[in-house]
Amino acid sequence: MKNFFKSSGDSYIKALTLICASLSFLAIALIFYFIISESMEALTKVGITNILFSTKWNPDRNQYGILAFLCGTVMTTLGGLIIGAPLGIGTAIFLDQVAPRRMGEIVRRGVELLAGIPSVVIGWFGLTILVPAIARVTNSSGYGILAASVVLGVMVLPTITTLSVESLRSLPPELKEASASMGATRWQTIRRILIPAAREGLLVATILGMGRAIGETMAVQMVVGNANQLTFSLTQNTSTLTSRIVTDMGEAPPGIFRSSLFVMALVLLIFAMLLIITIRLVSRKKGD
Amino acid sequence: MKSNLEVENLIVEKDKEVGKEMAKLGNKIEIRDLSMYYDSFKVLENITMSIPCRSIVALIGPSGCGKSSLLRCINRMNDLIPNSKVEGEILLDGENIYNPSCEVIELRRRVGMVFQKPNPFPKSVYDNVSFGPQVMGIDNKKEMDEIVEASLKKAALWDEVKDKLRTSALSLSGGQQQRLCIARALAVQPEVILFDEPCSALDPVATQKIEDLLIELKENYTIVIVTHNMQQAARISDITAFLLMEVQGEPGRLIEYSDTNKIFTNPSDYRTERYITGRFG
Repeated sequence: MKNFFKSSGDSYIKALTLICASLSFLAIALIFYFIISESMEALTKVGITNILFSTKWNPDRNQYGILAFLCGTVMTTLGGLIIGAPLGIGTAIFLDQVAPRRMGEIVRRGVELLAGIPSVVIGWFGLTILVPAIARVTNSSGYGILAASVVLGVMVLPTITTLSVESLRSLPPELKEASASMGATRWQTIRRILIPAAREGLLVATILGMGRAIGETMAVQMVVGNANQLTFSLTQNTSTLTSRIVTDMGEAPPGIFRSSLFVMALVLLIFAMLLIITIRLVSRKKGD
Repeated sequence: MKSNLEVENLIVEKDKEVGKEMAKLGNKIEIRDLSMYYDSFKVLENITMSIPCRSIVALIGPSGCGKSSLLRCINRMNDLIPNSKVEGEILLDGENIYNPSCEVIELRRRVGMVFQKPNPFPKSVYDNVSFGPQVMGIDNKKEMDEIVEASLKKAALWDEVKDKLRTSALSLSGGQQQRLCIARALAVQPEVILFDEPCSALDPVATQKIEDLLIELKENYTIVIVTHNMQQAARISDITAFLLMEVQGEPGRLIEYSDTNKIFTNPSDYRTERYITGRFG
């Protein structure tokens, strides 16, 4: 065995890594193919406009509008970012610029731990603590966009914090020194020099957090209420694309109903691609 | 309405005061028994020197002798490094900057700094120069325009950038960037400017420009410069300090401190002579 590795050397490793790469690529290609082909039935029989621009979702009556869920996804994602981005970037600034070494290390570990907590656990917290609390304060069911936003805000925190710390760390130390040598206070340095200089990196961190928020399923499904209605109220039951897929997939028979769930998956996939393209554009601007 | 005589007397009084002021200003900075540590490692030991007002003092010595650390003691930039510690005192106009009552922010406005690598902010030329006055609280547009123009003129950069004040500072050449950093430091009207090997990243032409500029700035500012380039020290400085870490792991000490002419023609210490004749370092 030892000899095998020794003698075979380069060419085997080359072949091995090539196989790995091909398999990954194949998986992605298959997912694309599968989702597109499965969603074709709904797209052709119901029509794109009837799916994308209708809020009526009644599979029993052949109505497959997903607009309500699309809005749900957009609103919970934005809500999650409104909570998570300032918190995450603030934490990153604290970790990189303010915290004493030891304390920073402890907080950093805590944030990393947060990333490892399964989403069902965070959703469970939301369900048992957050939803009743919101219900009491707002006199509603407690489920809805607000609860989902808070849960998502917590879930995007590790992504945004870790990446923001990276982008702040990558700034040349000379910037901070130059600012300090001009008699700027620490806060002035952070606000006027470091944050603007790290802007692209912070933006990318936020966009990646967005990707996490759009795709999150379990925790959101547990607190969003899962009603098929379009609502702009923060405390009314509604659905997101992901929560709708997971709620209905068990009982959707093969046919248009099931195919329409794949359309939602396709929409999510397109969202993900748009985010990746945005990140490319942002980082390219940074390179100039 | 005062009589002519009274006015004349006033002027005489005033002159006397200015004279006293000048005498007091004889030494801008006095470093007394300064030792410095990073963690438990002693970087500098018992440095004592006086830096006269409106002169250029060059700090020379081999790499690692602590000359940059010494420079950074003068505006307390070492405060940014955790676990650095200073013993002894540095008097700026007679006041110890390591007194607990000394405002570091105020100190750094009086003692500006230009770094080894040109480090303009990733902002426009204008915003680079206006940064200092802005954090000092100046927000009058007209006043700011004047400060920016005056600072860029003093740094001999105005003619080159007056048409591109709004373009990014990073689009300037290395030499221009370094002069921009000097303009940026001048904008807060410091009394002392510290230069940490300001030409080490520049070509000879850009170096020449900076050297000319330093000699001009000497008229109004006290300048301390760390340099690796002995010809540079000989060309521009009035006084030269030679620092040396004799044994690896021991702190750097001030070996000789005297007129630049004397140091380079007739050094009193054999180690200085060996260094400037290129036998080590």
